[in-house]
Amino acid sequence: MMSSQSHHQHVSDCQEVLSHLNDYIDGELSPELCQELEAHLAVCHNCRVVFDTLNKTLYLVRQLREYPPELPETVEYRLFAVMNLELFVPRERK
Amino acid sequence: MTGIDIDLDIYPDEASLVEALKRGDPEACACMVKQYAPRVYAVAIRMLNDPDDAEEVLQETFISACKNIQKFEERSALGTWLHRIATNAALMHLRKRKHREVSLDEPIEVQAGDDIYREIQDWTLAPDDHAMNSEVRDVLEKAISELPETLRTVFILREIEGYSTEETAQILGISISAAKVRLHRARLRLRQILTPYFT
Repeated sequence: MMSSQSHHQHVSDCQEVLSHLNDYIDGELSPELCQELEAHLAVCHNCRVVFDTLNKTLYLVRQLREYPPELPETVEYRLFAVMNLELFVPRERK
Repeated sequence: MTGIDIDLDIYPDEASLVEALKRGDPEACACMVKQYAPRVYAVAIRMLNDPDDAEEVLQETFISACKNIQKFEERSALGTWLHRIATNAALMHLRKRKHREVSLDEPIEVQAGDDIYREIQDWTLAPDDHAMNSEVRDVLEKAISELPETLRTVFILREIEGYSTEETAQILGISISAAKVRLHRARLRLRQILTPYFT
């Protein structure tokens, strides 16, 4: 099903690899398809680049979990005000 | 933790905090807001791409949480419950926006290739985990913000907020297969957006 040759000659095979790439990354591909996909990746430079860079994309993005966008102090103060929690806001900020 | 100074150790555990919240203790409310507002704001700003809308969602989330705290049955963590309220509030905002790119409920057709082979470039400049500095984070956040709204919401819930595909589908009210298609397309699109930065 998946060719082990250049994607220029077998674009549809590369397209098929691509269509399974996310399931492969998520570990949701059957063992048989995994084997075929891995055989293709071993010899197809372009698909390997896509796979590697897609993996890198997810690796980097998942690190953002550790770096949430900062809550601005002014937004926090307004939140406390709207929640009628001004009692807890330092006097100089009221 | 910056901003308003609240002693988060008043309540020894979450059960005590929730109990105090259900009693209507304002100090418990202040603790909850202080502790969870950053996470709520983070999901709101990433989903909405707009600080004013994100602030509205932040306020709506905690007002709704206080109003409905008696309904919180503690089957999930308080943070998870708040996160779900925030996500739903953010989705409501997205649905209300007049100039949407694509309706949230509109199915997306995607071809397997998705134009991925137009340009194949390896990344020579991608940072390793030691180089996850603020510049790289800004590049990533900007790239995510450039995703079309329909793809962005799925991507953020799944990849950043850590929901499963099933949970993401449930939150968005779409089928699991639709969530998978959007996630697939979002990942590939993001890879394309990031390629110029890392080659």
